[in-house]
Formats: sequence, C-alpha cells, structure tokens
Amino acid sequence: MVNSHDILETINMIDNENLDVRTITMGISLLDCVDSDIGKSCDKIYDKICRYAGNLVKTGEDISKEYGIPIIHKRIAVTPIAMIAAACPTKSPVHFAKTLDRAAKATGVNFIGGYSALVHKGFGPGDYALIESIPEALSETELVCSSVNIGTTKAGINMDAVAKMGVIVRKLAEMTADRDCIGPAKLVVFCNAPEDNPFMAGAFHGAGEPDCVINVGVSGPGVVRAALAKAGNCDITSVADIVKKTAFKITRMGQLVAREASRRLFVPFGIVDLSLAPTPAVGDSVAHILEEMGLESCGAHGTTAALALLNDAVKKGGIMASSHVGGLSGAFIPVTEDAGMIDAAKCGSLSITKLEAMTAVCSVGLDMIVVPGDTPAEIISAIIADEAAIGMVNSKTTAVRLIPAIGKKAGDELNFGGLLGSGPVMEVNRYSPLKFIRRGGRIPAPMQSLKN
Amino acid sequence: MRAVITVIGKDMVGILARVSAICADNGVNVVEVTQSILQDLFAMIMMVDISKSTIPFSELADKLTAIGEDMNLTVHVMHEDIFNSMHRI
Repeated sequence: MVNSHDILETINMIDNENLDVRTITMGISLLDCVDSDIGKSCDKIYDKICRYAGNLVKTGEDISKEYGIPIIHKRIAVTPIAMIAAACPTKSPVHFAKTLDRAAKATGVNFIGGYSALVHKGFGPGDYALIESIPEALSETELVCSSVNIGTTKAGINMDAVAKMGVIVRKLAEMTADRDCIGPAKLVVFCNAPEDNPFMAGAFHGAGEPDCVINVGVSGPGVVRAALAKAGNCDITSVADIVKKTAFKITRMGQLVAREASRRLFVPFGIVDLSLAPTPAVGDSVAHILEEMGLESCGAHGTTAALALLNDAVKKGGIMASSHVGGLSGAFIPVTEDAGMIDAAKCGSLSITKLEAMTAVCSVGLDMIVVPGDTPAEIISAIIADEAAIGMVNSKTTAVRLIPAIGKKAGDELNFGGLLGSGPVMEVNRYSPLKFIRRGGRIPAPMQSLKN
Repeated sequence: MRAVITVIGKDMVGILARVSAICADNGVNVVEVTQSILQDLFAMIMMVDISKSTIPFSELADKLTAIGEDMNLTVHVMHEDIFNSMHRI
C-alpha cells in the first residue's frame, strides 16, 4: 500500500499548490515535406501534422484523467520553417504560417511552434524572407509561435540579425496594437536555442531530432514555495535541499506522463524539461519562492543569489528523476506571467536592469517584459544584444521576449489575459545605442578558457 | 491495475457506503481502506483493483466525482503509479 501521507501530499499539491504538467509537446520533423511547389509543401505539412498529432490532445486528456494530474497544454513543435521555405524562394513564407495555424486548430493543440530561423552565423536561404514575414505571419495567425536564434557560444552573435529583430519586434507590436500588442508575446529571440524545448513561444523541432518525439515540460512553483513555507526558519543549505526534494517529486510526475504519452502515441520519449514555469494564478509564482526565502520583494538586492540557488537546486533535484532531461530546464522569470513579478514591477522593486542580472543565473532570459510603446527599434535590438551576450559568454540559453506597448508609457498596463497575464510597462534606458547597432557584423565567439 | 480513491471533506453519514456501492456495481474490488484527518478534514483513502472493472477508467472517475459534488466532498480517482513514481526511487 502506498503511504497515506504521500497520497494526501500529492493531492494537496494538485488541489492547493497548483501542481501540474505544463505541457506535452510533440516535436515533428517537416524535412520530408520540402517541395519547390509551396502548395504541395503546405499540403504535406498539414497532412503530416494531422497524422502524427491527431490523437495528441485526446491522449493528453486521457492521461490527465487517469492519473489525476492536470496537463495544461498540448503543443506541437516543428522543424524551423526557414529550412522548408528555402525550397520556394519566390513565395511568401506566410503560407506556411497559415498552414501551421490550420493544422494546430485541426488537432486541437494550444500552440504550434517552429516558425523559426537559425541565423546565429548568418542568413541561409529562406532565413531572411522568414524573418521579414514574421510580423505578417504572427498577426494573421492565432496559434503559431516564432523564434529566431541570433547567437551561440560557438558562433558568436549575428549583429545584423540583432538589428533586424529590433525592427521586427516593433513592427509586430504595431500590427497587433488593436489586440493589446499580443504579437510579440509569440516571438522569442534566442541565443543558444535548445532544439528540444517543449515550452512556447520558443519551441521548435531541431534538425538533430528524430522524426517525431514527445517532450514534456513540468511546472510547480507553488509546490516549492509551500514546501519552503512549511520548513520555516531553516538555513540556506536546508532551503536548497527542500527545493531539490520537491523538484524531484515534480519531475517524477513529468517523467511518468512523458513515458505514458510516448507509449500511447507510439512516439519516442525525448526529454523532460525541468522547469518552474509560473502562471499569473495566485500561488503559482517563482517570485514568491524568492520572497519565501526571505526577500521583502522580488528585485531586492539578494534576488540574483536566491534565484541562482533555486535554479541550480531545481536541476539537481530533477535530474535524477528523469531518464533524459533537456529543453530550457530551470526557473522561468516571465514578468507578466508571474503574480509576484507583476507586483514587484508595479511597486518599483523590480527593474529591467535587475531582471537582466537575474537572467545570468536562471533559465531563459528577459521574458514577457512590457516596454514603452515609443521604444525605438535600436533600443530593442540593444537589449537583445545584451541578453545574447550573457548567454553566449556563460554558455547558456538566453532569450528575449519584449512587448512594446504601442500607445502606452511607463506605469501604464497591458493585459493579455489567460496564461500570458498582464503587466506594467517598464521603463528602459533611453540613451541611444543606434550607432553600435547600425554597425552590423558579428560579435566573435568568446574564449572558452581563461575564465575570469 | 490498481487505483487510489481519495475522499476529502467534512465527515458525514454514508460516504463509504456510496463510494463502495459504485465500486461494487462496476466490478471494482476494494483492496484496502484507511481514514485519517488532514487539516481538520476527513480523509478517506481507498485502494481498489480496477483490472476487472466493467467500465472505462474515465467513466468510473466521473461517477465518483459526481458523488463528491453531490455530498460537497473532494473525490479523486488516480492511478496508483502516480504515487509510486513521485514518492519512491
């Protein structure tokens, strides 16, 4: 018999502490859908996605019911579309976006990711056209997510792409201004993008992945916070231990779901992404974990240290719980999606500069940050460059998902609703980086020795 | 295959009877029952064998959840593996 304390603990985690599996993401390779006739290529893509992912949503719901675990999202990630679009250079890649959107709606998934280009060393065939088409593609579709990788530790940073992405992010915000600037919330600019990430908006199915794969992203900031609250006034070593033990349990649940989904869908299991992914719901916040550790408000001095501890302990606890881990693995700090971060940003405790420091030690990067509507493209590019530099030098993934709130200024609010949440417009440094951004070229790959 | 049925809420007459009646009606064998108190609330945990169940798991879960709603209790029906994997190495 399973211990009754364990049973009640699990149920309490699910009922009161927002424990859930955030996403089951099916990665599908579209490399065999390449065709110089864009119509044929789109048909192949639609058919393949519907064939492979036709049962994804139902299987997710069945598992959720049988095991009693909420599974919030079912998603699809596909091969970066720039690779497919390269075969039809005279046609707009937006056709592919619309096909993906149609396939996502037919299969019933929440999002489909992979309207992406990998340009960290330069633009290949299809890349430039795809990036140029992102504003149109994302404003005319609902469920398509896009990402662009502009740097890696081994290749350096493509500053031409950085300059371009500032313009694209702004344009996308302008084109979706009537919908609370939702467009940029579906676009991530990466450095060191992982090929097996199940989380949106940055999920895509890397070229090194198998034909089809199941990746699972776990969640559970509320469970970690509650475990720390129960422990009371213990020292930091104990805090790390509690986070590890909790992360272990959360990840085991993710591993079970991943294994079950893989078995039922006849698709190989890829990875479990060991992430603390917050939602705007009360009690599901990463910022509140940091505050539980003893900070008055997230953003206070000490936040970076607390986050470093949390991020590391989550990985240490989770790694033994799963046979394969990958993706973004760590604590996420998306501002608008985290009730504690929203409060901290509103009260002035959390600034973009502090968030940038936090991204050096945690998973992902400057995520879901609302900036003033009049922020020029070059400042957005410069923020992307700074963030990519942190990722490049520290051999980690960093990402930027900024939302220019068109027509709004610092202190105003933007409200997306749902899991994307809401957030205050945060001020940026207004001194101009224009000349630096206009230079273009590449930042060379950093030294891997003489680490100081 | 075994599942765990948990009932949490304010104690009242007939909880065990109603839950076990549904099990009996559908070929679900009750293996073990324990009761405890969690935060001043009644908590009953029932281990059941569903390998000879005459209805699909989801239907059983729906029936039991409906009883819970009827009696203002929280009822969960979960596959045993979830607890084994979370709490045992």
